[in-house]
Amino acid sequence: MEPFTRVSGVAAPLMRRNVDTDIISPMARIVAEPHDQLGRWAFEPWRFLPDGSENPDFVLNQEPFRGAPILITGPNFGCGSSREMAVWSLAQMGFRCVIGSGFGDIFHNNCFKNGVLPVRLPEATVEELAEQAGGGNARFTVDLEARVIVDARGREIPFEVGAGEREMLLEGLDEIGMTLRHLEALAAFQDRDREARPWVYAVEETEFCGD
Amino acid sequence: MSQAKTLFDKIWEPHVAADLGGGSILLHLDRVLLHDMNSSRSLDDIKQAGRTVRNPGLAFATPDHLVSSATDRVSVLGGIAERQLAAMRKSCARDGIRLFDVGRLGQGIVHVIGPELGLSLPGTTLVCGDSHTCTHGGMGALAFGIGSSELTHALATGVLVQRKPKRMRVRFDGAVSRGVTPKDLILYTIGQIGTAGGVGHAVEYAGPVIEALPVEGRLTICNLSIELGARVGMIAPDETTYEYLADKPFAPKGALWQQALSAWRRLRSDGDAVFDAEVEVDASAVSPQITWGTSPEMVVGVDGRVPDPDRAPAEKRAGMAAALDYMGLRPGTPMQEIAVQRVFIGSCTNSRLSDLREAAAVAKGRKVAAGVTAWVVPGSEAVKRAAEAEGLDRVFLEAGFEWRQPSCSMCLASNGDRVPPGERSVSTSNRNFVGRQGPGARTHLASPVMAVAAAVSGHIADVRTLEG
Repeated sequence: MEPFTRVSGVAAPLMRRNVDTDIISPMARIVAEPHDQLGRWAFEPWRFLPDGSENPDFVLNQEPFRGAPILITGPNFGCGSSREMAVWSLAQMGFRCVIGSGFGDIFHNNCFKNGVLPVRLPEATVEELAEQAGGGNARFTVDLEARVIVDARGREIPFEVGAGEREMLLEGLDEIGMTLRHLEALAAFQDRDREARPWVYAVEETEFCGD
Repeated sequence: MSQAKTLFDKIWEPHVAADLGGGSILLHLDRVLLHDMNSSRSLDDIKQAGRTVRNPGLAFATPDHLVSSATDRVSVLGGIAERQLAAMRKSCARDGIRLFDVGRLGQGIVHVIGPELGLSLPGTTLVCGDSHTCTHGGMGALAFGIGSSELTHALATGVLVQRKPKRMRVRFDGAVSRGVTPKDLILYTIGQIGTAGGVGHAVEYAGPVIEALPVEGRLTICNLSIELGARVGMIAPDETTYEYLADKPFAPKGALWQQALSAWRRLRSDGDAVFDAEVEVDASAVSPQITWGTSPEMVVGVDGRVPDPDRAPAEKRAGMAAALDYMGLRPGTPMQEIAVQRVFIGSCTNSRLSDLREAAAVAKGRKVAAGVTAWVVPGSEAVKRAAEAEGLDRVFLEAGFEWRQPSCSMCLASNGDRVPPGERSVSTSNRNFVGRQGPGARTHLASPVMAVAAAVSGHIADVRTLEG
C-alpha cells in the first residue's frame, strides 16, 4: 500500500448529504469493467449526461478540481454498501484524503486499507473549508504525521485518527502481515475457545446433504 | 464502577483475542460467509501472498449476487456470472470451504441461508463482505459487513482488527396496527433518526414489540441497521430464537446444544446497563411505510404525500429537490396516486417464507394490474421448495406474478435483473439509492404486503384499504 504522510493541493467540495457507495461506484460498472478502471465511472449518474458526455455542472468535472487530491464531503459520505470499489474509484480519480463531518462506518474502514485518509471534523469546520475550496484557488495541506490540516488561510486544524490506523498509513504497512505476528497467541486463544465453546466449532464436522 | 453489560459487550469481550493498544483489538471470528462477488478474489489474494485460509471449516460460501433469478442462472452479463461462479467453485474447493451451489439445498442469499442453515448462532461473531451482514444480529449474533480487504484479512487470520463501537438501544413499545410489518417499523425508525443516526454504534433492538416478533421479522429489522448507519444490529436471543434453531442442519445437537443453550441464556443486556444512545419508538404511531426519495430516510406513511422541499429544514432542501427530480415526483402528490410499472418481492430484507406467506395471502384471488411486471424471488432454495410445497408459487402465478429462482436479483442490479431506466418500482429490498435497481430506476421501498397492494392496484396503495 502506498504510504500516506502529507498531501497538498486543491480540494474539491462535494457537499451533498448521504452520498452512498452505489453512486460513488455504480454496480453496472463493477460487474462490467476492469477494477483498475473504476475511477473513470465514479459518480457516473452525476458526472455524465444521458448522452454520455460530461456534465459540466458537476464539480469534479470542473477545473481545477479535476484530479484534486482532497475531497471535501457532506455528512455521512460513503453510506450504504460495503463495496470497497468506492474507495478504489476515489483513489483512481486521484483522491488521497476525504474530509467530512462523518462517514459510513464500512467506507471509513475501507479507506485506511487503500492509502486513503478519511478525516472527521465538526460540520461547521467542514463547511468553512468547503467554502474556501469552492473558489478553486485555495490550497490545503493534510499532514498525517502532525495530524493537522493547514487551510488556505494558513490556519492549522488538528484532527484525530486512531494510532493503529495512522501507523498503517504512514508506513504503508501490510495489516495481514502485522496480525500474523500474533499467530501464536491467536492459536492459543482458539485452543482455549474450542474447549470452552465446542458448539461453535461443531459445524466443521457437520454433514449436510444439499441435494 | 458498574459491571452492568450490554448484550453487545457480552459477545464482544470474550472474542477479544489480543489487545493491540490504542483502542484496537483483534476480534476472533466464529463465522465468515462468502458470496460470489468477492470470495474468489480474497481467496486468490491469500494464495498469491503465499498464505493460507486459517479456519476454512468456519467459512461458508454461496453464489447470490451475480446469479440471476432467471431459470438459466449464470448465462447473464456476457458470461461474467459464469466465470465468477467457476472461480468461486475452484477457490473454495482448493481451500476446503464449503460451497452451497446453485440449484442445491443450502444455496440462497447469504443472509437468508445463514440463519436458515443454523450457521448464524447467538453469541457468535460473524462477518461477510456485504453491508447487510447486520441481518444475522436477529439471531443474537454480533455480525457486521466488511470490505474486500477486511474479508481477505478475516480469511487469512481468523480475526479482524477492530475498535469497539458505541452502543445504542432502540426500544419499540405500543400496539402494532393491522397491516404494519417489521419492515414498516424499521423504515419508520430510519425516517425518525436518519441514515446517519446509528453511525459509529452497534444497535440493540429491544422492547415488547421486538420480543413478540418471530425470528424472521427480527432478521428484517436487523437487516436495515446499516440503513440507520449502524454496522451492527442485534436482538437478544430468547425461546423464540431457540425454537427456530433447534432443528436447523448446522445448529449444535445433543449435549452441545444444551451447552450452547446455557451460554445463550446469559445473552441479555443487564437491567442497569448503560447505552451511549437510547431511542424510543412508539410502534402504535407507525402506519404502512413507503419511501418517496433516494435515501431510506426519505419515507412517509402510505396515506401521506410527497413532501415539499421548501417546507423542509434548509440543509435538507437541495437533497430533497434532487431526489424528487430523479424520482420524477412533484411535492404534494398523494403517494397513492403514483403509478408503478415494476414490483419486486425479494432480497435479504424480505424474501423468507413468512414474507411470501403474507404476500400470497394478499395476492390470493387478485390480479396484477395491467402494465405492471411483478416478480417474487424466494431468498433461498429452501424457501423456494417450502413455498412450493405450500402452493404459494401457484397463488402468485395465478395472480400474474412471476415466480423466480433464488438470487439477490433486482435488489442491486448486479446480475442482469434490473428495473428499466425511468420505470418505477415498489420493492421489498433495502435501498432506494440512485441507480440501485438499475441505471435510471426509481425505487419505492415497502413491505411485502404493500408491494402486493401496489402490484394489484397499478399504483402505490394502502394494503389496509385494498378492495376486492
